[in-house]
Amino acid sequence: MSRNDYEIVIGLEVHAELSTKTKIFCSCPTEFGGEPNSHCCPICMAMPGTLPVLNEKVVEYAVKAGLATGCTISKDSKNDRKNYYYPDLPKSYQISQFDKPLCEHGSVEIEDDEGNKKDIKILRIHIEEDAGKLNHNEFGSGSLVDLNRAGVPLIEIVSEPDMRSAKEAEKYMRKIKSILEYIEVSDCKMQEGSLRADVNVSVRKKGAKEFGTRTEMKNMNSFRSIVRAIEYEADRQIDVIENGGTIYQTTLRWDDISGKTFPMRDKENADDYRYFPEPDLVAIRLSDEYIENAKKELPELPESRKQRYLTEYGLSEKDSRLLTSSKYLSDLFEGAIKECGNTKAVANWILSDISRILNEKEIEADQIPFTSSQLAKVIELIDKGTISSAIAKKVITELFENPQDPEEIIKEKGWIQISDEGAIKEVVLKIIEANPQSVSDYKGGKDRALGFLVGQAMKETKGKANPGMLNKMFVEEINKL
Amino acid sequence: MEITELTVHELQEKIKNKELTISEITKAYVDRINDKEKDVNCFITTLTDEAIEKSKEMEKKINNGEITSELAGIPIGIKDNICTKGVKTTCASKMLENFVSPYNATVVEKLNSEGLINLGKLNMDEFAMGASTEYSALARTKNPWNLNKVPGGSSGGSAAAVAADLVPWALGSDTGGSIRQPASFCGVVGLKPTYGLVSRFGLVAFASSLDQIGPITKDVKDSAILLNILVGHDEKDTTSLDMPKVDYVSSLKNDVKGLKIGLPKEFYGDGINSEVKKNLEQAIEKYKELGAEVEEFSLDIAQYALATYYIIACAEASSNLGRFDGIRYGYRTKNYEKLEDIYKNSRSEAFGDEVKRRIILGTYVLSSGYYDAYYKKAQQVRTLVKNEFDKAFEKYDIILTPTSPTVAFDAETKSNNPLEMYLADICTVSVNVAGLPGISIPCGVDSNGMPIGMQLIGNRFCESTILNAAYTYEQAIKFRERFKPTFKK
Repeated sequence: MSRNDYEIVIGLEVHAELSTKTKIFCSCPTEFGGEPNSHCCPICMAMPGTLPVLNEKVVEYAVKAGLATGCTISKDSKNDRKNYYYPDLPKSYQISQFDKPLCEHGSVEIEDDEGNKKDIKILRIHIEEDAGKLNHNEFGSGSLVDLNRAGVPLIEIVSEPDMRSAKEAEKYMRKIKSILEYIEVSDCKMQEGSLRADVNVSVRKKGAKEFGTRTEMKNMNSFRSIVRAIEYEADRQIDVIENGGTIYQTTLRWDDISGKTFPMRDKENADDYRYFPEPDLVAIRLSDEYIENAKKELPELPESRKQRYLTEYGLSEKDSRLLTSSKYLSDLFEGAIKECGNTKAVANWILSDISRILNEKEIEADQIPFTSSQLAKVIELIDKGTISSAIAKKVITELFENPQDPEEIIKEKGWIQISDEGAIKEVVLKIIEANPQSVSDYKGGKDRALGFLVGQAMKETKGKANPGMLNKMFVEEINKL
Repeated sequence: MEITELTVHELQEKIKNKELTISEITKAYVDRINDKEKDVNCFITTLTDEAIEKSKEMEKKINNGEITSELAGIPIGIKDNICTKGVKTTCASKMLENFVSPYNATVVEKLNSEGLINLGKLNMDEFAMGASTEYSALARTKNPWNLNKVPGGSSGGSAAAVAADLVPWALGSDTGGSIRQPASFCGVVGLKPTYGLVSRFGLVAFASSLDQIGPITKDVKDSAILLNILVGHDEKDTTSLDMPKVDYVSSLKNDVKGLKIGLPKEFYGDGINSEVKKNLEQAIEKYKELGAEVEEFSLDIAQYALATYYIIACAEASSNLGRFDGIRYGYRTKNYEKLEDIYKNSRSEAFGDEVKRRIILGTYVLSSGYYDAYYKKAQQVRTLVKNEFDKAFEKYDIILTPTSPTVAFDAETKSNNPLEMYLADICTVSVNVAGLPGISIPCGVDSNGMPIGMQLIGNRFCESTILNAAYTYEQAIKFRERFKPTFKK
């Protein structure tokens, strides 16, 4: 049998750090980074005698995430202890939710590989605390514990095993990221680990009813590695089965450098977590009114923004979808048009050059370093004729490296468009003289030759000449010949 | 009368009448500790020098009018599982032998803001697990009434120190009887408040759903005075409740006329020592004389309370004690190569046998495949126990039982027999399981002169009722005037 006879089955457990100001059970800041163990107190360091107090914002944010993904919000929920030993887990138990999660039974829509709409079901969303971090071998041998992240609130979004390809898994993850960004409950910075996923993969013969045995890859924090890891792991499993072997349920570590999965050696995962209700916290009871209010306060979601772009701005379905795929892009778009008013131009710049640079740099929209008003300024400068589109491209590239006022950039770099007739004429005459063949081609009716001449003039002026004036002047001067 | 024999309210009276200064009081206690501590070994850490210093400072502040608290300058002892900033909190364990807490427990903050002076940290069974204080890894406390006998536990250091006049009063903690049983063994008054009345923040957790901090005092009035300070909702402990403030001192009416007392017959059965039983019967007669209405009833469910208690307490303990892993604080083995060795060897070397027993038991009852049969069932029985008590309190104002089936037993007779040790809790655990308040007060001595304790159980948040009933009885029998610890061998 071949690879094509198999179907891949994927389920994701997405962990998102919530962007509350303080931790889930104490008032330490959740801020990323900082000196090791500087965002800690006796509570999140699990000093003897300390007790957790649930941060109400965490419940509020998780409820928003539940509502935005179509979940039912549980009015009666509780916290449980998940017991295991690891140095990054100071209490030796994680306060999580076991049998009564805050949100259950939701779904999000993605497009499958054929472009058809497909619902991915969400089993549950629960709240829990993040663990700290181990820094290995920083000072000679051994590991050091940094508890700054310990107690940062997380939601875990558990999908049903509804995805059938790595691409679908990526789309689902992107959708979840986008939703969480829109409702502003998580900054979803994957490179900082504030959005990550445990990926469960199994394979089965096409048409089989039973699922195959799954393996789990922990803590995946980029789309690219998720896709690669799923493809690698599915291939590996198919190979094992094809060679008469058996898949065992294991936890794996994806190694991005070798592009392979390995069984986790340091098992921070006990087989038995001995869950039991957290006796230090009272049950979470939510009123109908609380849930209704949360519904009312839910911000505009990507789907509705997309509709608005179609009708309000007359953008195409595809452009609207792309622009709203990330809240950061969408906010950049809306922010820039508010300032410069040129909807078409803003959309074009975002969907062409800015998207291309994001791709080249392999970064996400949330890492765009410049502001929407800086983008608007670039477009205004084009519209005023201060810079050409060619210069604008360079300004955008520069904005990624060194975000500042675009006017400052063009001044510093000397990129202001040459619109002085004398200067333009000088260049035009020089190019005409140097390219007699093109001049005669143009005269002979080959319009394309004019483009070549303008291009040469742009090159000569390092893109600074006003292209409209160049065109006009070339035609005038050639006609004079 | 010696200064150290006085109750706190008597001391307050003498301070008010300028018969005593607070530095004289602290000095008297320090002298007493220097004289008697070697016989009874109540303390893990003594703060005598600091206390004398503090009392002088406090005296100045009082004379300047900077402090107006009526309790300013009164010394106190604190059980060594209650966190005190800058002073060791050991839980009587090798694990925390040198541990200094970076913060104060909420109750310690309350004591500080009243101006009380900490005389030191008191011995206990390791992590509050035990009924004789023999499971302390750091000190062997003796019963002041007979130095060959145990003081009870786990708050044995607190109860013995109050009985031996080494402190005027003390804080204890009670998970299954750890305040009441040692109070009974040492002939003092011990109150376990309703679960949720006193903040647990800063109490090193043994079993979170059962633990409560409470006063151990020479008499009932002192118990009410100290309780007044300890209670109140704490935003750091969400299981502490926001109840309307009651003045427990003014609830001491010296009157029990018409009080309905229930006697659960299961607490007067075969396992109860005959002298204890006889003494309790006399106490019941006394209540009748004082005008209370007494009736026997059946609290059948109580027979399951002990098993329920040990399952729930051990389950929670197995998780609560996980943080003692040798990583951030406390004992770390010298003998390790890999991470697992740190855990295994640190915990093996630093926990005592009883603590290990309970961790193993608790881990077992929470394990998959056993959870339903043990932990879940225990929680269900817990609900039944609560319901049975609720029903009883529809008929009675208080429930009266022995505090312990026996008086203080000889040292080293039960410490190697855990099951027998567990039975010492049989009269007290159901009160914790149901989250109720209970007080133990002395009601006599046996033929060997060892004190016998009586337990009064109240409905949730009805501390006033049991305090008044205890007070009325205390006024009638004058135990403290008739019996005193002898320090005999």
